[in-house]
Amino acid sequence: MNHAVEISVGVNGVAHRRAVEPRTLLSDFLRHELGLTGTHVGCEHGVCGACTVLLDGRSARSCLTLAVQVDGVEIETIEGQGAGDDLGPIQAAFREHHALQCGFCTPGFIMTIADMLAHYPLENDEQIRDALSGNICRCTGYQNIVAAVRQLAQERGPLP
Amino acid sequence: MSKADLSVELRPKLVGARVRRTEDRRLLSGTGQFVDDMAPPGVVHVALVRSDQPHARILNIDVSAAMDVPGLVAIFDAADLEDEVTPAIPTSRMAGYYATPYWPLARGKVRYVGEPVVAVVADSRYAAEDIAGLITIEYEPLPAAIRQVDAVRDDAPLLHEEAGSNVIVARTFERGDVDRIMREAPLVVKGHFRMTRKAPTAMECRAYLAEYDRRRRALTLHSASNIPGLVRDVLAKSLDLPGNRLRVVAPDVGGSFGGKGSLYHEEMLVCLLARKLERPVKYTADRLEELTSASQAFDEMIEAELAVDQEGRFLGLRADVIGDVGAYSIYPWTAALEPVQVVSFMPGPYRLEHYRGRVRGVLTPKPPTGPYRGVGRPSSTFAMERLVDMAARGLGMDPAEIRRRNLVGEGEFPYRTASGVIWDQSAFHECLEGACKAADYPALRRWQEEARAQGRWVGLGFASYAELTGIGSRIAVAPGMPINTGTETSVIAIDSTGAITANFGIASHGQGLETTLAQVIADELCCAIDDVEVRHGDSAIVPQSSGTYASRSAVLAGGAATRSAHALKAKVLRAAARLMDVPVDDLDAHGGIIRARGSNAVLTFREVADAVYNRMGAIPRESREDLVASETYDPYFGTACSSTHLAAVEVDRQTFGVKVHRFVVAEDCGRIINPMIVDGQVQGAVAQGIGAALLEEMVHGDDGQLLTASLADYLLPLASDVPDIGIVHIEAELPNNVGGFRGMGEGGTIGAPAAIANAITDALAPLGIEIETLPATPERIFRLVMEKAKQLQEG
Repeated sequence: MNHAVEISVGVNGVAHRRAVEPRTLLSDFLRHELGLTGTHVGCEHGVCGACTVLLDGRSARSCLTLAVQVDGVEIETIEGQGAGDDLGPIQAAFREHHALQCGFCTPGFIMTIADMLAHYPLENDEQIRDALSGNICRCTGYQNIVAAVRQLAQERGPLP
Repeated sequence: MSKADLSVELRPKLVGARVRRTEDRRLLSGTGQFVDDMAPPGVVHVALVRSDQPHARILNIDVSAAMDVPGLVAIFDAADLEDEVTPAIPTSRMAGYYATPYWPLARGKVRYVGEPVVAVVADSRYAAEDIAGLITIEYEPLPAAIRQVDAVRDDAPLLHEEAGSNVIVARTFERGDVDRIMREAPLVVKGHFRMTRKAPTAMECRAYLAEYDRRRRALTLHSASNIPGLVRDVLAKSLDLPGNRLRVVAPDVGGSFGGKGSLYHEEMLVCLLARKLERPVKYTADRLEELTSASQAFDEMIEAELAVDQEGRFLGLRADVIGDVGAYSIYPWTAALEPVQVVSFMPGPYRLEHYRGRVRGVLTPKPPTGPYRGVGRPSSTFAMERLVDMAARGLGMDPAEIRRRNLVGEGEFPYRTASGVIWDQSAFHECLEGACKAADYPALRRWQEEARAQGRWVGLGFASYAELTGIGSRIAVAPGMPINTGTETSVIAIDSTGAITANFGIASHGQGLETTLAQVIADELCCAIDDVEVRHGDSAIVPQSSGTYASRSAVLAGGAATRSAHALKAKVLRAAARLMDVPVDDLDAHGGIIRARGSNAVLTFREVADAVYNRMGAIPRESREDLVASETYDPYFGTACSSTHLAAVEVDRQTFGVKVHRFVVAEDCGRIINPMIVDGQVQGAVAQGIGAALLEEMVHGDDGQLLTASLADYLLPLASDVPDIGIVHIEAELPNNVGGFRGMGEGGTIGAPAAIANAITDALAPLGIEIETLPATPERIFRLVMEKAKQLQEG
């Protein structure tokens, strides 16, 4: 179990080269190896979605992904979405709509929504709620998250 | 009123405004700091070997296979730590109660699956778990009564022999002559209700990091807790440390809902180990551990009956409750917290003279129950509101009408309920009417009629309730509990740079208190909101605090903030008056700027601070005051918060799944500090109530094993399970406390299960089915329908 494997990844546009144990979860790699603690771990069994990141642009559970699987992959995490004083559009919509309370599930939602906005029509609330149903929020009752996505989808317009 | 006064009054206030949250920027950008995000140099990690037995004697712990694993730092069991800690005792004044001691690790016996037995410390969590997997514990299984009905029996095997019984809490509330009423009443309805066990399930699992400062011989515990002050106080005793060398800090905390509101074994453990090893020690629960060892909720069997007269007036209520409190009486709230409040709140917001509520809290080999959003009242409201609907149906009366006839109303406040709870003025009736109006109740009934004509199962359900919030020192938050939960302190200081820091002991974990308290302070101190930094969740910044729970922080911390800000403003103005050489009464302050009426003199708060602190002689020695104010607020009594929920549901005739079509909440939470945050609390709490009503259930097998040990089995509501919630705010006469705030964080969880249970029953009324157990899962509804069909066939 101790044969470290060398991997190269890009995280939010920064290249990293590290030797990792094959069993290292991507979530642990991001949080503890790279210090990117914005990605949160809520269940470690792929249900809650708090640990969602983008792998080559598509959402994935970092707790169900091994670090060795992402060799050569471009990873995006919440830290790449925008800084506190320079929020990205999804982050800003969350703030505007009060779509977060404790903030623990929030990074996973934002990364999921980044994927959904890029790839799904999100034309009505039903589609939005469907798109969000792989992430659990225990605080908000989802209503304000749905409102934030509704606004983002409207601003985006129809998918090409 | 002079023109100047008017202009002050007309200035926009922050209290009442939808102020965007201060907390958001860090939380949205991944720069929040939760306990598991902290990684001090030299930190070691704990993995726990937990009991896989519900009730067993520990015969032997074999660590021999574990000793050579790389990364091992140390292994501890209870015996290794016994001399360095005394147990936490959840005492109570309640007669006949037994306080189960809390130790960091199981001693001699285990009493539930998930109880921590052995602690492994290693240089990584991976190594710690590897090592934990190599430790073998030999048990002698002991008999156990898994279900509360068995555990209350006289011959049941005892979980704590010292207690002499599994029933460690028993109480009866009685008023009037309810037995006579039951005999004589024209209509008595009854039910055998079951509110199953739930898990609070915050998205962040519990996490603790203890750091030992060898130089000061001091400990700092970073804890995912909403009661850091209480944890400090109890650990100071258990670890024999003065409070100035034991600091408990709750940094960003990822929700609690009560699950992080008690003392945990692991908090004691990491502190002990950090002191022993003189290194930072971290423990983070995984979800399995969280579901098998964090405090759980409800778990009551309620036999209840309600007597009414022909006009629908409530005559008497009788209830017998058995609460399954799990294996320990939780610290500090005790095992009385949940079940006793079921009977003390059972009469609800209604006029009701005759009552007897009997409750027993019984030990079973399961994780202890503790606080969970709503405490006691989700169960009591479920039972009572079901009875109310049964009575309405029995009389052929509309469920809104029967509530209208019985809710305590104008001229009757303060009203003492049959169990002794006192409701102060609150908008019980206005909430009922508000919900009917907002939902267009007659239109919903027409919708139901049309749907029924098409053979659909659709129904409407009400739930009206009241809760005590913002409780002061007159009443213990948990019945009989001797620690102080009635005060909160706020220390506000303007420092020599003019910066304003407001310190609190409450511990926000999603409620946005950094924002709302800053709103209160900015209004009262007349400074700019951005100039105020609210600090909280740190035992070292106020002398005492019990934390954020029981819908108390807006009321108590808000009251303390108001008073401190008021006192501080007076100091600022006194100093300004000296500096400007005008009478204090001539000064106005707004946005951190002080102006003298009738002259052009202007000073900023910063300039005043500079003069007070930095410019010697600017203010004469005998008049100089530091710009600091510390005030404590005790509302003494609590205040009522009331609400009516109205749900419209449909039961799918193919899948027996329930869809909530419409949900409206009308609530009276007094003066609203931030409507955006209040709405968010209601929406979130209702979603949890929907979870309790339809999805969430901790199922233990007959062998005491948890069968719902993942989030794929313990189902939480998803975005696709909950509707948008319609909210009506009724700002009735404000309560008689500082600020006029009522607490409101819990309510949604109290009303929603009852409203949905009533709506499902209404939907299935053509079949004569009553919902008596929650959650009403598709399987339960299917069985009820099949049973009914069988009865009809046989009949």
